[in-house]
Amino acid sequence: MTSLLKNSELSIEKADKIVSETLNSCDDGELYVEDTKSETIVLDDNKIKSSNYTSDLGYGFRAVTGDTVAYSHSNEISEKSLKNSSDNLKSTLKNNSGTYNSEIKKTNQKLYKDIDPIESKSMKSKIELLNNMNEYARSKDSSVKQVTASLLAEKKNIEIIRSGGELLSDNRPLVRINMSVMVEKNGRKETGVYGIGGRQDYDEYLKNDNWKKVCDEAFRIANTNIESKPSPAGEMKVVLGPGWPAILIHEAVGHGLEGDFNRKKTSAFHDLVGKKVASKGVTIIDDGTIDNRRGSLNIDDEGTPTERTVLIEDGILKNFMQDRLNARLMNTKSTGNGRRESYKHVVMPRMRNTIMLGGTNTQEEMIKSVDKGIFAVSFGGGQVDITSGKFVFNCTEAYEIINGKVGAPIKGATLIGDGPSSLKEILMVGNDMMLDPGIGTCGKAGQGVPVGVGQPSLLINNMTVGGTQL
Amino acid sequence: MIKDQDYLKKIADICLSKSKKLGSTDASILVQSSVSENINVRNKKLDGSERSENLGVVLTTYLGKKKSSIASSNLKESNLNELVDRCIETMKITPEDEYNSLPDKDLHFSGLKDLDLYDETHLSNEDKINYIKEAEDEAFSNNKIVNTNGSGFGENKSNFLLANSNGFSDGYKTSQFTAYCEVVSKSNGSMERDYEYTSKRFYNDILKPKELGSIAADHAVKKLNPKKIKSEKISLIFDKRISKNFLSIFASAISSSAIAKGTTFLKDKLNQKVFNTEININDRGDIKKANGSRYFDSEGIGIINLDLIKNGILQDYLIDTYNGKKINRKSNGRASGTTNLYFENGSKTFSELIKSEKKLLYIKETIGHGTNIINGDYSVGASGIMIENGEFSYPVSEITIAGNLNNIFQNITLADDLEFNYSTNSPTMHVEGMIVGGK
Repeated sequence: MTSLLKNSELSIEKADKIVSETLNSCDDGELYVEDTKSETIVLDDNKIKSSNYTSDLGYGFRAVTGDTVAYSHSNEISEKSLKNSSDNLKSTLKNNSGTYNSEIKKTNQKLYKDIDPIESKSMKSKIELLNNMNEYARSKDSSVKQVTASLLAEKKNIEIIRSGGELLSDNRPLVRINMSVMVEKNGRKETGVYGIGGRQDYDEYLKNDNWKKVCDEAFRIANTNIESKPSPAGEMKVVLGPGWPAILIHEAVGHGLEGDFNRKKTSAFHDLVGKKVASKGVTIIDDGTIDNRRGSLNIDDEGTPTERTVLIEDGILKNFMQDRLNARLMNTKSTGNGRRESYKHVVMPRMRNTIMLGGTNTQEEMIKSVDKGIFAVSFGGGQVDITSGKFVFNCTEAYEIINGKVGAPIKGATLIGDGPSSLKEILMVGNDMMLDPGIGTCGKAGQGVPVGVGQPSLLINNMTVGGTQL
Repeated sequence: MIKDQDYLKKIADICLSKSKKLGSTDASILVQSSVSENINVRNKKLDGSERSENLGVVLTTYLGKKKSSIASSNLKESNLNELVDRCIETMKITPEDEYNSLPDKDLHFSGLKDLDLYDETHLSNEDKINYIKEAEDEAFSNNKIVNTNGSGFGENKSNFLLANSNGFSDGYKTSQFTAYCEVVSKSNGSMERDYEYTSKRFYNDILKPKELGSIAADHAVKKLNPKKIKSEKISLIFDKRISKNFLSIFASAISSSAIAKGTTFLKDKLNQKVFNTEININDRGDIKKANGSRYFDSEGIGIINLDLIKNGILQDYLIDTYNGKKINRKSNGRASGTTNLYFENGSKTFSELIKSEKKLLYIKETIGHGTNIINGDYSVGASGIMIENGEFSYPVSEITIAGNLNNIFQNITLADDLEFNYSTNSPTMHVEGMIVGGK
């Protein structure tokens, strides 16, 4: 196997030696080497505003004993630098000693191809695509006043060297196509944003003029919002559309089921395994194994193969998402959720593709059953306070529901709720499960990682809607 | 160790001369080196240590009005050569943009560097651990604190060089010492977390550990057993750690990029009354030792002080070279955003402010990203404390607060308790009549 170290001043043999010697008296740890190339091209205000290419190479060296983690990273890849890191790790852990757990599952999992999405499409054709997107979006209506389109591609190659010389690697492509449209009409301005992406070449996402659909969708959302009226405020029933609105699941329960918060007992869910935490019929999984999805990984950033982890089954809490550290301290196995943004970051339990499985109700039934409420079709960002369980997110496309019928679009609505209690307030689970279009990035402790979400339409009781209309 | 100016200069020279050789008409480069060391403690026990050494280069090349950029952390000469090649190739096929150019030579910074932005104090890991353990010890002396989410101490040193083909070449070292303490309180089945945070360029300026711990504990305990209130229109008091967010929103709404594109609710508001007449907002880059102080922006343009709002009237935008050209204005050195941005003190004391109405809601935390710069809509999740007859009465959570920034800005009254703890600072703020979404 050719290693990422091949062109550096550090030979793999030397690296092995330092790694083994440093980690022998620790419970766990590894040398993580990462070589990432990324390219971002942005069209803004009718011009190619920027084309940036980034090449980032570095290592993160981690030693773990008990619940103490020592971490040192650098982008100087040399024997001297690694030795310095080793000394630094040893000085942190000097009073502790452990037994290295060399057990790590093997996999031949191939969820995406080893491609370089930056090189497989020429710069010329990327610029042409952005120009086409700009022209097409502007041609949709004279009310379109501003268009921003961008293309992002990345190839991240990682290598994990464990004590004893074991080497694990993964080559991860990722692309994303984004569109933002601002519409101005009658003195009002609104935007619509849409995007698609995943772990394949650009061309897979551009088939059948798919880029036009991206523009259409961004325009449709902006155009809907221009007609919107102020959002109501207060507690009411909420119907969530399928797909991307599952970021509610991600925020409301996902984070609270990450192993670290539960090991530390700071999550509202920490003592609820085996207990009923959601309405019957609610099953939530975190799946790292779906082909080409944004949140999928062959192995996580500790080398553990990803899997399909059942978190909540028919309303009962089954499992937390674990990395190796938290799994060891909680006497269980890693679920392949150990992730990091880059070599500059420590591993934490993070979500992959978090999905609520489908049920039996139709969206129509849900809307029919609501006297006064809102129908939320798309969201911007969300956030959660793990300890109190409170989460919030902002609707980017929502409508009022009056007497069982979808009414006018509403603007600027914020939904706020309590994770553990809102799961029990789920009244209906739809039969229309859908995955998001491949655009999610999850932030935790300052680290962003690509994730996916999915869900069917849902009817939730008693959610607080924040608006300006009392 | 962070790299010295000579090393950074050597890297800059390699890239600039190679770009010139390959035919670029102009180029600019940033070379950075930083070392940071962080210690995390949880429940008074060492949780982790992190040491990071970062190197980086960002090169932008121009061919007339064509432009392209590369960035890399791999500073080996062979890699740099490869990347410059790539940058030039991309540049050649990128369409022209009439506004692309290096900054105005006349505006380049040249002057004394006497702001005291670097403290060479180095704390050993032991000292860092002791500081943060002392903070947690203090927090745990409050009997309602049962757990911590982790507390940490960080020391960061960095050095950079910015250079361009018009002869600008300058850089300097900065330091930052940061500590935070995040604790969990528990009582009668209610569990809440809260934190306190301190960050300064000089070690001696950060909060003492005991203060850090006791403030964090106090915040977390005061949140226990919250109530949800009914939806209503009510005046809000924003704690200083939240009121400063309105300044950040204001800053993004007057950035020349948003102004040039028309994507801000403050477009065409220059010389108009945006806040009420008692409000003044300044952005000063020359405060000694301050977190936001700098000599020049990311284009090398010297920082001048800006009175952005005077008696409620918008006086200026935050302007960089590229967007400045679009709106026919010269850069005022804000390519890296604001420096030390603050509201001047108001005329009321904190206690007068909280007694100004019979019933007020004191906001201590907001969550979510519900600010729309384009039309000024504002709607976020929040928690805080109800104030009745000038007294703090009970905690409130799981509510939303909403309004439009055009109205919010006109209805701000400030206390006289401004402190320079961060780079953006505000006194305690009263905002009349916002909509709270609750039960």
